Amino acid sequence: MENLPRIVAVLLDGVPATVIATLGGIVLTIVLSFVAGLALLSPQRWLRAVSRVYVELFRGTSEVVQLFWIFFVLPVLVGFQLVPLFAGIVVLGLNHGAYGAEIVRGAVQSVPRAQVEAATALSFSPAQRMRRVVLPQAVVEMLPPFNNLFIQLLKSSAILSFIVVSEVTERGVQVLVPNFGSDIVLIFTLMLVIYLLLALVITAVMRTLERVAAGRLGRRGASRQARAEVAVG
Amino acid sequence: MIVFDGVEKRFGDRTVLSDLNFSVQPGEHVTLIGPSGSGKTTILRLLMCLESIDAGTISVGGSYLSHMEKGGKLVPADERHSRQVRKRIGMVFQQFNLFPNMTVRGNLTEAPTRVLGLSRDEATARAKELLDLVGLADKLDEHPSRLSGGQQQRVAIARALAMRPSVLLLDEVTSALDPELVAGVLALLRDIGRSTDITILCVTHEMGFARDFSDRVMMFDGGRVIEQAPPAELFTEPREPRTREFLSALLSRG
Repeated sequence: MENLPRIVAVLLDGVPATVIATLGGIVLTIVLSFVAGLALLSPQRWLRAVSRVYVELFRGTSEVVQLFWIFFVLPVLVGFQLVPLFAGIVVLGLNHGAYGAEIVRGAVQSVPRAQVEAATALSFSPAQRMRRVVLPQAVVEMLPPFNNLFIQLLKSSAILSFIVVSEVTERGVQVLVPNFGSDIVLIFTLMLVIYLLLALVITAVMRTLERVAAGRLGRRGASRQARAEVAVG
Repeated sequence: MIVFDGVEKRFGDRTVLSDLNFSVQPGEHVTLIGPSGSGKTTILRLLMCLESIDAGTISVGGSYLSHMEKGGKLVPADERHSRQVRKRIGMVFQQFNLFPNMTVRGNLTEAPTRVLGLSRDEATARAKELLDLVGLADKLDEHPSRLSGGQQQRVAIARALAMRPSVLLLDEVTSALDPELVAGVLALLRDIGRSTDITILCVTHEMGFARDFSDRVMMFDGGRVIEQAPPAELFTEPREPRTREFLSALLSRG
């Protein structure tokens, strides 16, 4: 246990890279989820086809192989190599965006048809119907599955240790295990705890967003008192 | 104002409307009655372009709704064309269909600003006027989920009127309301009918309302108009046995 402070210090060293990879991956995931998810619902056949190929390709192949592909194979093809952290963010985003696309598609489809019809009756254009009426309602449905997806993305960021990004797992496996081999239980337990704490942060943020979004729709998230008043009135 | 010419509508191999011809004069109030499944609601949905037409044409205010003229020929209308014609038409639904992601203010001002290009101030002023008209002046910033069904339907009526339509479609607007709220909404519609020159097409099972609101009642059965007359005539001396049957069934029910 006398090594505890040093072990913790080394692991914490890896936290910024894990956080940056996760946040970057989440941003890219959100963008790709919406682009691909809405494309899956497009009236244009070719657009649906392109999006479907993207989703199946990245959902159906190994994340680690994708990472190796982008980091080791792409340079052979185009002649330059991505910065490891950046390559990691790209793979995390591409991969989880493929799952997110289905979340967006499902949530948009769950908005009652009557809402689209009401918007049509007010002469909104198809784009306005989506932007002003359907998406604001669909987002509420997306938040819980996106919470899951973001936590999975955080845990997947450990694959960046394969291309030697100095994130939490890499610090533990490459630096700590060779030097403090006898503390292996402690090292790996602390690594789990760090991921757990980061996951709890993600959940806390997403829960807050859920409450805000549900409140906007006048749903369960609205304050208890407001709901009680409705019940009485 | 509205002309249906040889309109046909099928759902799969079920024909809902066949060779339907009728027209509605500007400012006229027409009520469509008939058993459920007789195609009344489909007529309103065709006018709102919520359904596509299988044969025939519909025109509103002199322009084709379902078709457009291109190189001297009639071709099926594209989204932009039908939206242009549709701007003159407002619709109120059975289930209100207010947008839950907006307050009452948003519901009343979003389309006037985005579609008609009104400024926020103009749209808000219009919204306040309309809320006054429907008796909900204090609900401007309320959320739809906190309104009763009757209040929601009043807001939905105001929302349709905010677009200054020349045609208003009412699709069983009181069917989803608690009985004690029905009278208030019907009184509001009578008021609107008296004080505006909007052409109104109305599907309802409220025969008392149909009688004193409409200029003409059209009885539907099996996708056809089987009888039409001013309400005083149709309700007291229906010519067709099917109409008589339908009316007496309604009367014995309620």
